[in-house]
Amino acid sequence: MADSDIKTLTEALPGESFEVTAFTTPPPLADATVAVVTTASLHHPDQDDFEVMDTGYRVLDDSRRDYVTGHWSPNFDGSGFAYDMNTVFPVDRLDELADRCVIGRVADQHLAYAGNQFDLSTIRMDSGPAGAKFLRDQGVDVVLLTPV
Amino acid sequence: MSTLAHVFEAEGIATVALGSIRKQIESSAPPRGLWCDFPLGRPLGKPGDPEFQHRVLDVAFSLLNATEPILVEFDESIPDRGDTVLTCPLPPRHDPDAHPAIDEARGLLPAYVRGVKMSDGRFSAGRVVAADDIPAAIEAFIRVSEGTPWSEAGIPGLPMRVSHDIRSYYETAALAMVDHAPAAWASTRWFLDQTETGKVMMAARQAMQDQDAPQPMWFYLTPGDR
Repeated sequence: MADSDIKTLTEALPGESFEVTAFTTPPPLADATVAVVTTASLHHPDQDDFEVMDTGYRVLDDSRRDYVTGHWSPNFDGSGFAYDMNTVFPVDRLDELADRCVIGRVADQHLAYAGNQFDLSTIRMDSGPAGAKFLRDQGVDVVLLTPV
Repeated sequence: MSTLAHVFEAEGIATVALGSIRKQIESSAPPRGLWCDFPLGRPLGKPGDPEFQHRVLDVAFSLLNATEPILVEFDESIPDRGDTVLTCPLPPRHDPDAHPAIDEARGLLPAYVRGVKMSDGRFSAGRVVAADDIPAAIEAFIRVSEGTPWSEAGIPGLPMRVSHDIRSYYETAALAMVDHAPAAWASTRWFLDQTETGKVMMAARQAMQDQDAPQPMWFYLTPGDR
């Protein structure tokens, strides 16, 4: 059993294709509000767990640190996240970058989706744009996307 | 994940996407992508290593200076050769009348409780099976491994979900018994290859396959390469 074997199993899963690659120019990083959006199915304990094939998202408060994973796939190592949440969700690192004025500020809220999807059309057409609007309304300029 | 990058950029938010699988990030082509050859589940590379995590973030955020779509490879890989196993003690037999897997799981409960506390429950059991009920869930898979049809064995939920909780129970217990961040997959290998319950899960998976159970019911009991 090796990580590369599991990657080989999943590398050919089809994704959505985009004829045009949208490209947004952000403000200078030192002025930007940065959020993390992860596909690790994270949620707070008091939020609904993710269902298999859940296409929705959960809002993660930056002021809390009680993030748990709701990912159902057996095909990732969970011990890294268990040991140090920043392995997947690097909000402590973002705080440090903000303290050093490398980034403008850390967003008050982040988002989590479920990454183990076979049909991405709902995320593309519905929950993805809704999540983007939610973050834009919070003044987010830059998103760091992390998988598991 | 790359789908979200495309969507967010179209909505006016700049993105940087980390990716662990080269072919996937190449084919999905996020507007700004950083391929990091790190084990699945560790997109920032090294747990408990803020300096390394900052190196990843520095490269990631440097992509925001690009003026057109860009895909970059991080300059350090974290290889997994598939042979690192956690060195972790197992509890001695306590109840000679119990199945070894049941006895083992009961014996690991104190370590599990400590592991939950250490990890703030980030990867714990209890999503469908509470920690106290893990031995009973294992018992159902023992019955499957011994020939009971999987649908009549009393598995307390979808098999993949129940097995997820059993694996999380063991790996969380393991976390409490070592004094360092485990190498990627090391605790999974420990669970599947060195514990009595791991052997039960592998045997039950094979039995379900032999019983012609629907593929998703048995395939997702363990990582897919097993």
